Amino acid sequence: MAENQTCVVIGASHAGVNFAFALRKAGWQGNIKLFDADPTLPYHRPPLSKAYLTSADAIDKNLLKAADTYQKEQIELNLGVKVGSIERSAQVVQLQNGEQVAYDKLVIATGARPFIPPIEGIESAEQLFPLRTAEDVENIRQAFEQSEQKRVVIIGGGYIGLETAASLKKLGAQVTVLEREPRILARVTAPYMSDFFQELHAKNGVAVETNKNVVRIERANQQNFVQCDDGTDYPADIIIVGVGIRVNSEIAMEAGLEIDNGIKVNGQAQTSDEHIYAIGDCTYHFNPHYQRFIRLESVQNAVDQAKVAAAAICGKEVNYDTLPWFWSDQYDVKLQMVGLSQGYNEILIRKEAEEHKFSVWYFKDDELLAVDAVNNAKAYVVATKFIKSGEIINKTKLVDSNIEFKPANLL
Amino acid sequence: MAKIIFITSDSEKVELEADSGSVMELAVQNGVQGIDGDCGGVCSCATCHVHVAPEHFDKTGPASEIEQDMLELDDDANEYSRLCCQIEVTDALDGVVLHVAK
Repeated sequence: MAENQTCVVIGASHAGVNFAFALRKAGWQGNIKLFDADPTLPYHRPPLSKAYLTSADAIDKNLLKAADTYQKEQIELNLGVKVGSIERSAQVVQLQNGEQVAYDKLVIATGARPFIPPIEGIESAEQLFPLRTAEDVENIRQAFEQSEQKRVVIIGGGYIGLETAASLKKLGAQVTVLEREPRILARVTAPYMSDFFQELHAKNGVAVETNKNVVRIERANQQNFVQCDDGTDYPADIIIVGVGIRVNSEIAMEAGLEIDNGIKVNGQAQTSDEHIYAIGDCTYHFNPHYQRFIRLESVQNAVDQAKVAAAAICGKEVNYDTLPWFWSDQYDVKLQMVGLSQGYNEILIRKEAEEHKFSVWYFKDDELLAVDAVNNAKAYVVATKFIKSGEIINKTKLVDSNIEFKPANLL
Repeated sequence: MAKIIFITSDSEKVELEADSGSVMELAVQNGVQGIDGDCGGVCSCATCHVHVAPEHFDKTGPASEIEQDMLELDDDANEYSRLCCQIEVTDALDGVVLHVAK
């Protein structure tokens, strides 16, 4: 591997940072230059809405890698620097500060940003925050401390919204979650799971309101009023918006790379330009297990695609082929998910003797597609093994919690 | 204050001292090779797997139920396996030797 080559990475979060370290480990001897507009040392994002929000910790307790390891691995970390454009013919990236940086290989790890829906009055609402960056959490913590009544309205009943609800409730907030669909988590889980989480939040004193389409935010008497199309109205000292993301694919699109629900990449995480790779939340990639193109918002995908891109750039034979997995922590409930449930036609629920311990199994006929495991790492592990092996599960045995939870017992 | 000794899969010996936090945090903060802690320390990813030196197993104690379950996904796991995000640093750990799993 030539020593005078340069690999430029746009984006220094889970994907970009893990890529840089993986590239060095895979034997790359040239320069590695990481760029990110976020001025903070790269940190873990999942805890932001969970443990980090409720702690008083500074972000340096939450770093992806120790500050001095970048230097040790000769990874040049350029923070607070935004990349403006990619000039493919010249193989340079143009920074917004006017500088140009040449690359031999370029990796786009730009991730996604929160989607702020076009709700009337949202621009002028005060104390309104998304939750994706350490700065967002700082702002929320500060607003929370300054607020007397601590009335929080969360727009969006997805994982970010619900985790934030649980965390802020723990801090003593009065929390209302407004979900547009008839049930929370509608896009990602079965109705059984939606009901479970709805009840869990209710028990913990969080009001979760469904069928609430927010149409206007009014500012009066130093308060926000969140108004829905059914005429209901919620006063809010703080508003959190968690209604999904938009992929940061503009820079790739402007460079003429193939875009399709994200930056399209092949099994080596390579884009339509052989010198440019893309990894993480911003990619639209093929999943061999499910035999279709997907886009994932997850740490697992960011880290695993990073490793694949690093190996590919170092000339190793590699193909991205991993099973997606996710997790969420709310109150004392630990949810672990494996696989992708889209296309299921049957759901089986296995309940264990303990309260709040069960698993939801998504099948398409005999094929196990995915499992949501609640406080049940064993179910998560057994499910992972079955999905990977493709062995047929005996469904009658599966739902019988008197049968010990082992793959061999479920055949 | 406890001294914790990591042996990486390249047989590099890394001696660290701490008085609080998790063993995973300590390893990541000091760039111990092979301890990734991808999930940030919530026992969800199994990328902080260590083998406790058998003679020191009483210092750490055995893996919890959830750790044991997660470790089943790792072919390299054995009876001395722990996910070190689940090991709190206390004085009781002083001198413990942890072999970073592959």
